[in-house]
Amino acid sequence: MSTTTPAAPARRWPAVPGPLRTGAGFALAAVVLFAVAPAVLSDFRLGLLGKFLCFAIVAAGIGLAWGRGGMLTLGQGLFFGMGAYVMAMHLKLADAQVRGDAVPDFMSIAGVRDVPGWWQPFASPVVTLLVVLLAPGAVAVLLGLMVFKRRVKGAYFAILSQALAAALATWVVGQQMLGGSNGLNRFRTFFGFDLSDPANRRLLFFIAAGTLLVVVAVVRQLMRSRYGELLVAVRDQEERVRFLGYDPANVKVVAYTVAATFAGIAGALFVPLVGIISPSDVGIVPSISFLIGVAIGGRDTLLGPVLGAIGIAWAESSLSESFPSAWVYAQGALFIVVVGFLPGGLASLGGVLRRRGRPAERVPHEEPDEPASVRTTEPEKEPVA
Amino acid sequence: MDVVVSQIFTGLSTGSIMLLAATGLVLTFGQMGVINMAHGEFIMAGSYTAYVVQQATASAGASLLISLVLGFLVGGAMGVIIEITLLRHLYHRPLDTLLVTFGVGLVLQQVARDVFGAPAVNVRTPSWLSGSVEVLGAVVPRTRLFILVLALVCLAALAAALQYTALGRRTRAVMQSRDLAESSGISSRRVDLTTFFIGSGLAGVAGVALTLIGSTSSTVGQSYLINAFLVVVAGGLGQLRGALIAAFVLGLLQSFLEYSTTASVAQVLVFVVIVVFLQFRPQGLFSLKTRSLV
Amino acid sequence: MPRVRRRAVLPATAAVLGLVLTACGSRVGEDGAGAAPAESCVDTSGDSIKVGAINSLSGATAINETVIRDAIEFAVDEINADGGVLGKQLDLIAEDGASDPTVFAEKAEKLVTSDCVAAVFGGYTSASRKAMLPVFEDNGGLLYYGQQYEGLEDSSNIFYSGATTNQQIIPALDYLKEQGVTSLYLVGSDYVFPRTSNAIVKAYADANGIEIKGEDYLPLGATEFSTIVNKIRTADADAVFNVVVGDSLVAFFREFTAAGLTAADMPVMSMCLGEEEVAAVGVENVRDHLASWNYYQTLETPENTSFVEAFRAEYGADRVTSDPMESAYTGVHLWKAMVEKADSFDVADVQEAADGVSYDSPGGTVVVDGDNHHISKTARIGQIRADGQIVSVWESDGAIEPDPYLTTYDWAEGLAD
Repeated sequence: MSTTTPAAPARRWPAVPGPLRTGAGFALAAVVLFAVAPAVLSDFRLGLLGKFLCFAIVAAGIGLAWGRGGMLTLGQGLFFGMGAYVMAMHLKLADAQVRGDAVPDFMSIAGVRDVPGWWQPFASPVVTLLVVLLAPGAVAVLLGLMVFKRRVKGAYFAILSQALAAALATWVVGQQMLGGSNGLNRFRTFFGFDLSDPANRRLLFFIAAGTLLVVVAVVRQLMRSRYGELLVAVRDQEERVRFLGYDPANVKVVAYTVAATFAGIAGALFVPLVGIISPSDVGIVPSISFLIGVAIGGRDTLLGPVLGAIGIAWAESSLSESFPSAWVYAQGALFIVVVGFLPGGLASLGGVLRRRGRPAERVPHEEPDEPASVRTTEPEKEPVA
Repeated sequence: MDVVVSQIFTGLSTGSIMLLAATGLVLTFGQMGVINMAHGEFIMAGSYTAYVVQQATASAGASLLISLVLGFLVGGAMGVIIEITLLRHLYHRPLDTLLVTFGVGLVLQQVARDVFGAPAVNVRTPSWLSGSVEVLGAVVPRTRLFILVLALVCLAALAAALQYTALGRRTRAVMQSRDLAESSGISSRRVDLTTFFIGSGLAGVAGVALTLIGSTSSTVGQSYLINAFLVVVAGGLGQLRGALIAAFVLGLLQSFLEYSTTASVAQVLVFVVIVVFLQFRPQGLFSLKTRSLV
Repeated sequence: MPRVRRRAVLPATAAVLGLVLTACGSRVGEDGAGAAPAESCVDTSGDSIKVGAINSLSGATAINETVIRDAIEFAVDEINADGGVLGKQLDLIAEDGASDPTVFAEKAEKLVTSDCVAAVFGGYTSASRKAMLPVFEDNGGLLYYGQQYEGLEDSSNIFYSGATTNQQIIPALDYLKEQGVTSLYLVGSDYVFPRTSNAIVKAYADANGIEIKGEDYLPLGATEFSTIVNKIRTADADAVFNVVVGDSLVAFFREFTAAGLTAADMPVMSMCLGEEEVAAVGVENVRDHLASWNYYQTLETPENTSFVEAFRAEYGADRVTSDPMESAYTGVHLWKAMVEKADSFDVADVQEAADGVSYDSPGGTVVVDGDNHHISKTARIGQIRADGQIVSVWESDGAIEPDPYLTTYDWAEGLAD
């Protein structure tokens, strides 16, 4: 697989494995996920791995948008949350139906007798799945067009997307009909399947694993396509691409939308796998946490983000058990060391070691510091808008 | 009427707090392009400085004044250390700075928890700042007046320094054109360091001031950070005037929205307003006019 | 670009998925669905027994929960020094809930299914408890939740050693009414406990002719209270009913005091203001205001004196003991008493034996109600003294029986089903 391939700039983008290695990689991944993992892991650990796979699906999208497209998506919690809450609403309604109650359990505790109107569409599994698949993408198209057409980018885009994730979390906390800060949990069924049955939980894990494989295949396809080359070109030299006659905004919107759709799907899988969704899973902190695995694995490689996300989530869950304080230090240090000094992530480690002694090659990931170097004119005052 | 005046003061006060937290960012983020997520932790360092100083001095009044100076130095020193060890390698990668400084923030928060303990600590308010004064029928707490004045003083001092001192001229020169400034014999390294020192120091000052109204705990800085960034973005990068206006407009907006709806709704609406505003003016309220394409 | 080989990948994946889908488990409604809880894996053969603790040591509520962890560890150490439970030493496995309900659920599942602990102590926010509840119910574990909370819940797998609403909120209202309060302003942090408790307050006020002048919520951790204090000042209620929690309390009381409001003209009755919070807020800002809890450090009972002394000897003379700590500490001792009565660590035996188990806690003798798994508690209204301690100024007549659904109060009808 590609973990030892340098992520350094090269014409053929070796970070995306060739077809032969891809086939072998998929076969290996399928064996590990579908045969080895269920055999060696306890039900609990398998469930955990399933949760990590959800994060990996988000990470694959971030790898495309950030690593390849240069858009620092600091607010993926927004899309993750959309997918998750939509799925959670459906599951709550389905549970109530199975039990023969008029409203989901948490509503009846709050004294609500009727299901609110905006919940009702999600009683239908088809509507739910469609919304999960389409809504995050649609919002991303809208946001992306608004933002990128206005040529908002870099830090602005990062801070805006972060503010949106924060806004969603704040808004949900105030929505008692979405469980407020408690979130939604206690799901009993998943499209008719009993969630307390270990066989069904394993099935859910397989669905997550299968989704991840499909997602990786989609990302690989995008990366190797003409579009993928264009995306990298926009990342490295947006102006030149514009002069060549492309609209960089459209190129970016596609990657952003794909990333958002992945995050939404991951959110929808997270809910039945983990059994809860709450505002603390969609705000700023989780949104940034999504990034750390991507950065560590190697943001502009195909598998780096995925493996990085799984690795980090695993490390967090096992290390924080015994050393909560040390884990926070380790997490901070990882951000500092990997992002600061190994921007290609662990995927570039081999290359970096091989190149030692020679001047380090910069990973072309953001455009050169434009405002300071390009602004050569005298500052002039502009009237207030 | 009384209510309207009260809410105007509340808005101005909220705005002044945002402004205080954002002033340092105008320099480090606006001028240097460094997205310093650890800015919030510099604020926290200022707050804990105030706490430590108060443990050592008997009078709450004297300790506040000492803390303001020390907080500036502590914040500035932390900024310089981070600039030298990390940021100077990252100037060409602004987005990576964001993540690296986020990591720094995580570490600093945990350090604070390990040193000062997880529970929040109390910094006493000096007697000359307790109580309130009546302005046009509205009751305004003295602490809030103090912060309002402090924010304006900090901003004015910074503006004056940038405009009239040799250091300020050099800073502006480097920010406008690093290459040209260097070829005129300005040491851009030294300017970077000084700018970052002042910007981070102002975060320390903000931290000291915030002990007058909120709690002092490891997460104190985070709660102000996003608003501070939005103020800088909405005001226009590196624009002190822009930050001033943006902070007060957002403060007033927040206070009136909150009065007529709820705090959560007001917060969400303010975010939305900023996003929409940036649709129409992506460069913020004020901006440098350049021939750059981007 | 060669495309042929790649094409083989997707069908292969699809085939694998297809195989997997055939291996599905039971559907709802089929026989045997929702099988009985998993068999317990608790190991009782050694000379020690594992128990778990989940509290947030990082994140937003770490401030409140680290001291609760101390209290749990203190209780476990105390029990171990005293010979353990049924002759076995307790082996405490501690987890960090990271202030995130999802993490609480995950760690709870780990403790119950992987570590096979006999009982778990901890949980703080309602969200953390709601998140853990299905884990304990599905896996047949036991949780001792030691925190006052909003009621309207009972689970056979949870024992609630904190106060429910009729042991904290209603006594506070009774006290205010006794003092001649006829109007109230409600403020709270924006989450379930404040919203539910204010629903109860409103129902009570409705039945008792108390006017509600306003109701406001701020996001958790908010520090901007000037608008709300302005509203409170203009509304001119007799008292404020305060369910603000955590860090926000500091900002709230500073703003309240700075606006010239004092306990003499508008007392604040707080539900979540304990000894630690008083220290953080600064006593000059909360002096003479009121709090409603079941326990204060200043209680003069032999049990409390020795509890405070021993705790301070262990954790430092400057430490305070608060109601949430006492409840968590009591939870550990209640588990011990239940196990000893049952003469077994088995969950079913403990549940069986629970009814009527009593313990002389620092806050007074408590008795477990076997039906709803809550405990009887004495309600106490406290007033904040100049030295930062809270002294009890009013006490209920003996321990109040727990009534999480408020079924014994006519006016509360319709609050819950």
